[in-house]
Amino acid sequence: MSRRNDYHTLPQGEQSLQDEEAISATGEGDEEMEDAVDQEEGYSSSTPTSTLTWISWFCSLPGHEYFCEVAEEFIEDDFNLTGLNVMVPFWKEAMEMVLDMEPDEDTSKIPDVSIVEASAELLYGLCHQRFILTRAGLQAMVDKYEAGVFGSCPRVYCNGCNVVPCGRSDLPGTDTVKLFCPNCNDIYTPPSSRFQGVDGAFFGTTFAHLFFQSYRELAPAPFWKPASPSSTSPRSSASSSSNQPAFVNPNPYGGQKRAAGKVYVPKIYGFRVSERAKCGPRMQWMRLRPENPDELDLVDWRGRWIDDNDHYEDDEEQIDEDRPMEDFDPDAQDDDDEEEEEEEEEANDSVMQGRSVSTSFSALRSPTPTNPPDSPASTGPPQTPRDDAATKCAALSVPPSGGKLRVVRQWIPRGASARAQVC
Amino acid sequence: MRMQWISWFLSSKGNEYFCEVEEDYILDRFNLTGLNTEVQHYAQALDMITDNLDEEIQDDLRGNLDLQARLLYGLIHARWIVTARGLAKMVRTSTSLVMHPDPPPPRHLARPQLEKYKRADFGRCPRVLCQSQPLLPVGLTDVPYEKSVKLYCGRCEDIYSPKSSRHGSIDGAYFGTSFPHLLFLVYPNLIPPKTGPVELGLPGRGGEVDSSRRSRRIREEQEAQAEGVGEGMSTASVASKADRYRPRIFGFQVNEIAKLQRWQEAVRDRQISRLEELEENA
Repeated sequence: MSRRNDYHTLPQGEQSLQDEEAISATGEGDEEMEDAVDQEEGYSSSTPTSTLTWISWFCSLPGHEYFCEVAEEFIEDDFNLTGLNVMVPFWKEAMEMVLDMEPDEDTSKIPDVSIVEASAELLYGLCHQRFILTRAGLQAMVDKYEAGVFGSCPRVYCNGCNVVPCGRSDLPGTDTVKLFCPNCNDIYTPPSSRFQGVDGAFFGTTFAHLFFQSYRELAPAPFWKPASPSSTSPRSSASSSSNQPAFVNPNPYGGQKRAAGKVYVPKIYGFRVSERAKCGPRMQWMRLRPENPDELDLVDWRGRWIDDNDHYEDDEEQIDEDRPMEDFDPDAQDDDDEEEEEEEEEANDSVMQGRSVSTSFSALRSPTPTNPPDSPASTGPPQTPRDDAATKCAALSVPPSGGKLRVVRQWIPRGASARAQVC
Repeated sequence: MRMQWISWFLSSKGNEYFCEVEEDYILDRFNLTGLNTEVQHYAQALDMITDNLDEEIQDDLRGNLDLQARLLYGLIHARWIVTARGLAKMVRTSTSLVMHPDPPPPRHLARPQLEKYKRADFGRCPRVLCQSQPLLPVGLTDVPYEKSVKLYCGRCEDIYSPKSSRHGSIDGAYFGTSFPHLLFLVYPNLIPPKTGPVELGLPGRGGEVDSSRRSRRIREEQEAQAEGVGEGMSTASVASKADRYRPRIFGFQVNEIAKLQRWQEAVRDRQISRLEELEENA
């Protein structure tokens, strides 16, 4: 991190950065003209034209679109390069090439220019990995991000969310560059094969995430509420999103952008495939978001449910079965109504560790679901999803009652009538 | 004997996702019930597909007719690939591949969907942790002119947009919403495993396995072990094996994302115990 601080002398804004680069480029013009002569002999195959610095030339190569231009001052500061010299062969020559410096007379010692070129590329890539973690580097990448240079997520329900380049390792030679989508928090192979030759270490494992930590307004929030049922089609809800109130994530350190939260639901002839089928959905959890940020707190640091599972009813309330595959929460219905039944059954069984808390709690409740739906509800009328979080806490102290469960029970016939078991 | 129009259609650029619909299927009017309301100049479009069109048709009609013939073929295609015959033909083709590992490649574009799947003609999952799982085409609606075709990955069970714009403009209704799910429902042994390299019996990655004899044997063994999940195997807990990406900053997980991922995994574990419970009681 210290290298970030170390770099504070550089101009902060992109504009001034560009200015500076422009100045330095013109300032070195004369020198470069001289270089060009030398390079025609020594570095001919990669010689940048006299108006281009090596760095600009490198970044303009096909397949190098993801790279931003590292400021020469950054590379010139030895502190920023700490440890890199052991990773890059022909360090000195590579430095000269990257910085367009006049090479020493005894370049003849180098067996092949292409080796230096490879070293220069490696050196630049590793500098790039560090540079894009600095303030100036992040800013340069934000401009590319907003221009859509890195492309968008191929996942349909990420709605074309822009992605950032991402490495799977910080050591060069391990894997090629991937693309990280902040909406689904997953990584993808770049669509074009010209990126297959770009080392992922040149972007590093940290950059993508530091990027969205630094620019929270670009990061989708971890929760998502389907548009209200009144907006009927996904198109209209998309267009009306501008009328919606500004999105706020109560966690100031989290993503401040409205997420694209839809999850794909497989259907056969219009009927959702039941999770009880062998081929039923198994992976929807990976794309699921809670409706409420509070729901995230229902899972402890070990990944266990702290509380009972009632919070899931939220999702049910939102579902309009008549609308085809939109604004829904896929598991919600299956989850909940089946779950309630199962919890009764499993009350006395020992279950997986992760379920122990919720099971013991459901054991408390187990008599309740057998009550007729119209049994008096001791906690008053069925809660709406909104006051859910509060009632969950209350539920721990208050004896379990039919009030909440009745909501679930009522759902079963409704949901089941619209659903068919496809197995 | 192949129909000329269909051959031409299948071989034109951008139509690589389509397979050949059997002639008998098209000629059985019952299979086309209701399509006459979807397609203008239905009779002539059908004649065009089946090569029975009068030559003396006006040129101005011809352009529109061509469009309508494509639409009609697409809608028939959507029905055909979910028929028992359509699906079975694919599976027969796949088993014949086991016995004759290197069949003379059928005409490239006439391949049934499953073979196309195994050859990854529909592309491979862009998700890194799906390890290049071949994709299957799927529509988001069965109504034409609404949504373009998407690609379904059986491993992450999600849908992706085709990479190429010429595939991105194909109507999703020509493949329908049901096809991949019905395929895995009817042939559960084709369900891909959630982890490990792709084992489809056919070239795993860019044809690297293709020609050598040794790898052919491996390929046959793999196929013998049943690709994907076995017939009798449970899929209740497969999700726990799925790999997922964990964002890290300088090696440390990112708080908000990690929290969301824990929540998601808790949802997953809940589903797993629910399904296991069901299995025990069954």
